[in-house]
Amino acid sequence: MKNLRQVNNIYNDDKVIDACSIFGAMDKAGRRFSGESVIRAIANMHDRGNGLGGGFAIYGLFPEHADHYALHIMYLSNQGKQETEESLGRNFNVVWQEEVPARPTAAIKNPPLVWRYFVDVPPGLPENQSDDDYVVAKVMEINTSKNDSFVFSSGKNMAVFKGVGYPEEIAEYFRLENYKGYIWTAHGRFPTNTVAWWGGAHPFSILDWTVIHNGEISSYGINRRYLEQFGYKCTMQTDTEVIAYAVDLLMRKHNLPLEIAVKVLAAPFWDDIERMPEGEQKLARALRQVYGSLLLNGPFAVIIAHNGEMIGLTDRIRLRPLTVGEKGDMLYLSSEESAIRLVCHDLDRAWIPTGGEPVIGRLKPESGLQPVGAGAGEEKRQ
Amino acid sequence: MTDVKNSIVNIDASGVYFKDLNARLRESVANGTTKIELHNVYGQRYIGTDLNKPVEIEIFGTPGNDLGAFMNGPRIIVHGNAQDGCGNTMNEGEIIVHGHAGDIVGLSARGGKIFIREDVGYRAGIHMKEYQGKKPVIVIGGTAQDFFGEYMAGGVLILLGMNLPEGKSHRAKYIGTGMHGGVIYVHGNISDYQLGKEVGIADLDEKDYNILKEYVVEFAAQFDYDADSILNHKFIKLFPRFLRPYGRLYAY
Repeated sequence: MKNLRQVNNIYNDDKVIDACSIFGAMDKAGRRFSGESVIRAIANMHDRGNGLGGGFAIYGLFPEHADHYALHIMYLSNQGKQETEESLGRNFNVVWQEEVPARPTAAIKNPPLVWRYFVDVPPGLPENQSDDDYVVAKVMEINTSKNDSFVFSSGKNMAVFKGVGYPEEIAEYFRLENYKGYIWTAHGRFPTNTVAWWGGAHPFSILDWTVIHNGEISSYGINRRYLEQFGYKCTMQTDTEVIAYAVDLLMRKHNLPLEIAVKVLAAPFWDDIERMPEGEQKLARALRQVYGSLLLNGPFAVIIAHNGEMIGLTDRIRLRPLTVGEKGDMLYLSSEESAIRLVCHDLDRAWIPTGGEPVIGRLKPESGLQPVGAGAGEEKRQ
Repeated sequence: MTDVKNSIVNIDASGVYFKDLNARLRESVANGTTKIELHNVYGQRYIGTDLNKPVEIEIFGTPGNDLGAFMNGPRIIVHGNAQDGCGNTMNEGEIIVHGHAGDIVGLSARGGKIFIREDVGYRAGIHMKEYQGKKPVIVIGGTAQDFFGEYMAGGVLILLGMNLPEGKSHRAKYIGTGMHGGVIYVHGNISDYQLGKEVGIADLDEKDYNILKEYVVEFAAQFDYDADSILNHKFIKLFPRFLRPYGRLYAY
């Protein structure tokens, strides 16, 4: 680990002025693009982070394996790998497996082993358990086992790449210049009060949901206890993890539309609710009553993504920054506008969203890539 | 990266680290330069900080956070948008933004003027203050987001609402929360619930109107607007109802 005092605190005072950086780019027409611009954009915000975490999520990544779950697992020991692979063989049909390509670089120290497995869920699941439910249960099983193994990406046609380092260093390490996707999100970390380790870098992910976050979730304890009742187990030692599980619960399991789900995470204040028309007021009250334990308290700016959608959201009083750029079918979200301008000189529009109100990028129907809208995947299966 | 023509120093900022860029600015100003153009600016922080002379800096691109922080005299013109913390604790000088600005414009400013042609983000003018001859002024052509003038302790905030459709309201809430000094002039509707509890609302008297006119004329000159047509609209004045709203809080 770097000596933070030397890097960031040359006057040896107690104040380090930094913040996480978040960046997202989506082609709403579904065209897959190289991450070169995204890597440049997040690197432009280098000074916000401190090299203790960087990561990316890429969608539309594995068209040749689009129907298989792509499990990405980091192993802290060889024995862990052996034991976990045995359990993968018992629980899934493993269609293909490979080490995630990486190049040795000076910046990345002591990386874990990282492997990817394209798997199918075996037939004959109980009626009340979907394939997605099964995968979530198995991910939780591996992450809570004593095998030093962590599944940090488990969706279809997408993957997370992350580790300890600056984001541009992580990109170089994982050879991200070789990948193409129609959504890219990127994160540079400045850990505030949780440890810097490979699993604690952003994005956090379950199935194809990913979350990158600037801020602190002070409701982590309440959120975590609530999510545990639904089988989600927090193992990554970082507050942001609860957001990934919360969106999976709200949008996949409970089938809430995105516009409703964000009103759970960033619920309108009670005095705002009182000024709403009656019907809207009833809905807002019901959401706060039913899902009070999933309210995210504390400062946050997040970019949430899954197949087909990229969403930007901040806390209700916007204690962390988020800015938006649009150019044709391209949607950009960023902590700083300069990072967007660096990779797109002639934006059609640049604007700053209101706190608590989501910015939503959706695949256009004519892209023909994915069912559009929340919960669509779950409904289709039945 | 530096090129001097007609006594204008031209700097191509592409790929230049913010510390090096600011060092170059300090050096140029120390050498007596009075006009600097920065091109290809992408997010370099603190531009204009630590400069104590009346130099004009024109920026083409998107300057980074804390533009003009602690600045004491220069005039900065941005052809583009400003990010967060523009004019942080500035003491003297001007910042003119031909676009919008992010959050906390002019936070803790203690002097100087900031003119933003379009909108501003959250908490513009937070904890601005004034003392004797020092009086910071921020004029905003568009609208503002929440906590406009939060904890304001002095100076003048002017919100022109020029991009609001006729009869429409500003959306900002918690305007002037904790305000205990200074004054805010606003064109455009604001409902009571949008105001902080410490804020009073009144019509402008002649003295107010003269202050408003002085700064609107300056604003209009920066961006080629007609000052009279701006001043023809109705304005309201927001003021702190108490100078020490929490004075008794810790007195027991």
